[in-house]
Amino acid sequence: MSVFTTIVSQLINGLQTGSVYALIALGYSMVYGIILLLNFAHGDIIMVGAYTAWLFMVNFSQSPIIAVLAAIVASTVLGVVIEKVAYTPLRQAPRLSLLITAIGISFLLENLAQLIFGAGAKPMPKIVNVPSISLGSVSVSGTALVTLVVSVVSMLLLNLLIKRSKMGKAMRAVSEDTGAAQLMGININRTISFTFAVGSALAGIGSVLYSAAYPQASPTMGGMLGLKAFVAAVLGGIGSVPGAVIGGFCIGIAEAGASAVGLSVWKDAVVFIILIIVLIVKPTGLLGRNLQEKV
Amino acid sequence: MLNVNDINVYYGPIHAIQGISFEVKQGEIVSLIGANGAGKSTVLKTVSGLMRSKTGGIDFMGESIHNTAPHNIVRMGIAHIPEGRRIFQRMTVEENLEMGAFTQNSKKIDQSLEEIYFLFPRLKERRRQIAGTLSGGEQQMLAMSRGLMSNPKLMMLDEPSMGLAPILVRQVFDIIKTLHEAGTTILLVEQNAQMALSIADRAYVLETGKVTLTGTGAELVKSDEVKKAYLVG
Repeated sequence: MSVFTTIVSQLINGLQTGSVYALIALGYSMVYGIILLLNFAHGDIIMVGAYTAWLFMVNFSQSPIIAVLAAIVASTVLGVVIEKVAYTPLRQAPRLSLLITAIGISFLLENLAQLIFGAGAKPMPKIVNVPSISLGSVSVSGTALVTLVVSVVSMLLLNLLIKRSKMGKAMRAVSEDTGAAQLMGININRTISFTFAVGSALAGIGSVLYSAAYPQASPTMGGMLGLKAFVAAVLGGIGSVPGAVIGGFCIGIAEAGASAVGLSVWKDAVVFIILIIVLIVKPTGLLGRNLQEKV
Repeated sequence: MLNVNDINVYYGPIHAIQGISFEVKQGEIVSLIGANGAGKSTVLKTVSGLMRSKTGGIDFMGESIHNTAPHNIVRMGIAHIPEGRRIFQRMTVEENLEMGAFTQNSKKIDQSLEEIYFLFPRLKERRRQIAGTLSGGEQQMLAMSRGLMSNPKLMMLDEPSMGLAPILVRQVFDIIKTLHEAGTTILLVEQNAQMALSIADRAYVLETGKVTLTGTGAELVKSDEVKKAYLVG
């Protein structure tokens, strides 16, 4: 294989994982933007999505399409339920209580999954059945292709939603000034729930795409995946939607780059070194702004 | 139209509003004046539902809004233009106006936009501009227009003249008069007592969470206490 071929195929690998990170990072960033919460249960929503897909394909013998839709619905519902049950009662509480609750929910979900499905990983049946294509000397797997297309389409739809729809504009208004948004007649609770729903739906999509590439579901799979997406959100500037996308792709490409030069054992470390560098050099991230403390 | 009856509001241990009652009748301009910290803004926040009173009641058009959620109070026809304008800095001028009309349907929004752009051609010129880049005066115009977009029956303005040059202050008060002539009832909170009293039908003077004086605008301008406290210097 020529150097060029290696670079291109690693780039495609990077874009593939990067787009999954980006989808998940979007949920972190949107939720942070609206209630200033680092929702550490977000990663575990991915795990629940993966188990749902597995359950539908293996236990209920459904087609991958049905399983994918079920995974997305389950993630969305779970995200909103967590928000209603765990975060809404703490709206007036200090932010630290909210953060601790999020971590608690994360443990709860992981242990519930372990209780129900056992600690071992479940092998995931094939989700994407698309033949690979060749671009000159580079072969692109069907999974990579589908992942990229689905992610990009989701992101474009999200952009449209936030920029054009009434609910999307309400999200931006609440995220900028909750009090003023209330005075406009915007229902804060509904807007926050909607944000969680959108973020969790994206995590559901990410979960299926991730399971297509790494075909297994395990109780702790959301941990590392969630953390990396979180790093992506911080790199892009937490609270920024385009930042989350850029951050996700950067992290994916950095990981692939590390593997390409023979440091694949070190690729997790590379991600966290990026986090440390961002926090030292530019804590607001690439596109983040200095958030004033909300009063 | 608006009846506020014996409200008591607390910020934690601080008793900010200590049994205030007042009313605003249909078609009036009512001013609340008083020094910094007298509780003027808190009164408006309580009416619009952002703060809650522990006692008493607030009625609007004969219905109790004491426990109504803020977004439903807007729906009932109260617009609150908050202190410091609080426009959405990162959104465009037109998006700000659309947010003001959040409770309206899209046909109504187009109609209101047209009216606002007729009233404030300046905002029409800048409709695609990010609101944070507007000047202070333009931001105040935007804040008031945004409030108007909900077609309010009662408009509550909190310090609309704050931080504006004298010529702009006059302009803001002219706009308030225009809105009033068009049939909107106005509840105005101001530190600029002179201006606030000159256009008010009636006014209430607030001091540390209590109403200490009330009367028509003309009476209060002449009152010795008000002169001493707010108009000299």
